Amino acid sequence: MTDFLDALSRLSLLRYALATGLLASVACGVIGTYVVTRRISYIAGAISHCVLAGMGFARYMQVVHGWSGFTPLWGAFLSAIIASVIIGLVSLRAKQREDTVIGAIWSVGMAIGVLFIARTPGFDQDLMSYLFGNILLVTTGDLWLIAALDVIVVGTGLLFYNKFLAVCFDEEFARLRGVPVDFYYLLLLILTALTVVVLVKVVGIILVIALLTLPAAVAGQFSKTMMRMMIWATVLCVVTTSGGLAISYRPSLPAGATTIVLAGALYLAALAIRRFSFSMGRR
Amino acid sequence: MSGSVGQPPAQSREAVLRLQGVQFAYGDLSVLQDVNIAIHERDFASIVGPNGGGKTTLLKLLVGLLQPRAGTVEVFGVAPQKARGRIGYMPQHSQLDAQFPVCVLDVAMMGRLGITRPLGPYTREDRDVTRRALADVGLVEMERRPFSALSGGQRQRVLIARALSCEPDLLLLDEPTASLDLRVQDDLYELLGRLSEKLTVVLVSHDVGFVSKFVKTVICVNRTVHVHSSRDLSKEAIIQLYGRDVRLLHHEHQGPCTHT
Repeated sequence: MTDFLDALSRLSLLRYALATGLLASVACGVIGTYVVTRRISYIAGAISHCVLAGMGFARYMQVVHGWSGFTPLWGAFLSAIIASVIIGLVSLRAKQREDTVIGAIWSVGMAIGVLFIARTPGFDQDLMSYLFGNILLVTTGDLWLIAALDVIVVGTGLLFYNKFLAVCFDEEFARLRGVPVDFYYLLLLILTALTVVVLVKVVGIILVIALLTLPAAVAGQFSKTMMRMMIWATVLCVVTTSGGLAISYRPSLPAGATTIVLAGALYLAALAIRRFSFSMGRR
Repeated sequence: MSGSVGQPPAQSREAVLRLQGVQFAYGDLSVLQDVNIAIHERDFASIVGPNGGGKTTLLKLLVGLLQPRAGTVEVFGVAPQKARGRIGYMPQHSQLDAQFPVCVLDVAMMGRLGITRPLGPYTREDRDVTRRALADVGLVEMERRPFSALSGGQRQRVLIARALSCEPDLLLLDEPTASLDLRVQDDLYELLGRLSEKLTVVLVSHDVGFVSKFVKTVICVNRTVHVHSSRDLSKEAIIQLYGRDVRLLHHEHQGPCTHT
């Protein structure tokens, strides 16, 4: 741990990595709470996997056609928005076939990404970092984009807190109170998509879903209100991203995977504590 | 095959609810036929009937969540969608996530949506109205409790408070007494009876036994609809509705049945 702190003071890339984790945690805590309470983990998973299409496309245009400013993160941003709107409309319209159609979009999105990457000269290293994240490769430009998305996501998420709470808790009642429920559902998916983009650098698109749901699920076990659940989910997200970075640094493990294993361990621990205190309470 | 029994003189006042020649079907499955109902101000009406008879369908027609195949539904003289601002609706609580992290006040405050300002947190007025609604149902002390920690009866009362915080003129409740023990059911009916002194209350109940004590009008639904004054609800009407003699509790009937 002292190694890590020492390196933190010397290496700017490590400070960038830490800053990315902290910024991502805020969006993750707020939106993760909505994803867990509204039970749309599966849809969030589909959006995150579709992001590979955009990242692969951007990398292809960068390398083959020289669009130097079109970084994979911008590609992720673009594809996340498109995917969330398509998936949102599908899940609103095709109630009966929802899971089939969304599963298909999930795979097709990834396949498109793989095709672009295959046609891009270079190493498969790109693909690995998109899939599993590489928080140590964050640039200043990435950091600004992540910060801007953070402000948008958290600002919107909190501004419409009452509406989102009502829609997540009881959609039918919210509809009867004149709340445009479908609009808020799509808005929530777009915010989820933006959060996925923020998290892509941290853990990669495959692992995003765990970071989006596990800290919020742990927080949900002991939070009495959704606002507190968001705050605790953010705190736990900070703990897992920073902890993952610190633990992985010395043995030089992949930071994204370490972060996710840490999140999983936290979730199991929370379940165990809850089970234990429940059986104690019964005695 | 239908009638209207409000508080006399029924004709002189505007009907809160008026259904004329309403038909409804899910696909080819006809659920409701030739429904004619008029409910007047400060009535306390209970929609009763066997499962699958169309009770909840009727309630959803009343709030405009479903559209009739034929006929008209009017609430306060307009289409239900336009009258939603004046309706306080309570769904079946079994549909809600029991583990949802939300406290009593926050649930009850959801009734302020559509009234409160469009952006940002609820106002002080929202809070005051909601607290009065919680006081009406006897839960003002519990406003900080998690919804998940409440008993079934308390949850029902929170959802009634949520419907009341809409400041409605009409309260519609879907099976508010489902899965509650008898004493709690009685308390709930008494509460609704008190509320019906100020506004119109219409609820769905699968339980005929309890309606006669507090309820003024009984709407019997089984594909078609018959409306009775509760004191006139006769054994014959029950047999016609359920197809057999159902044992009745709290049933004190006097006078002849108006239904033919």
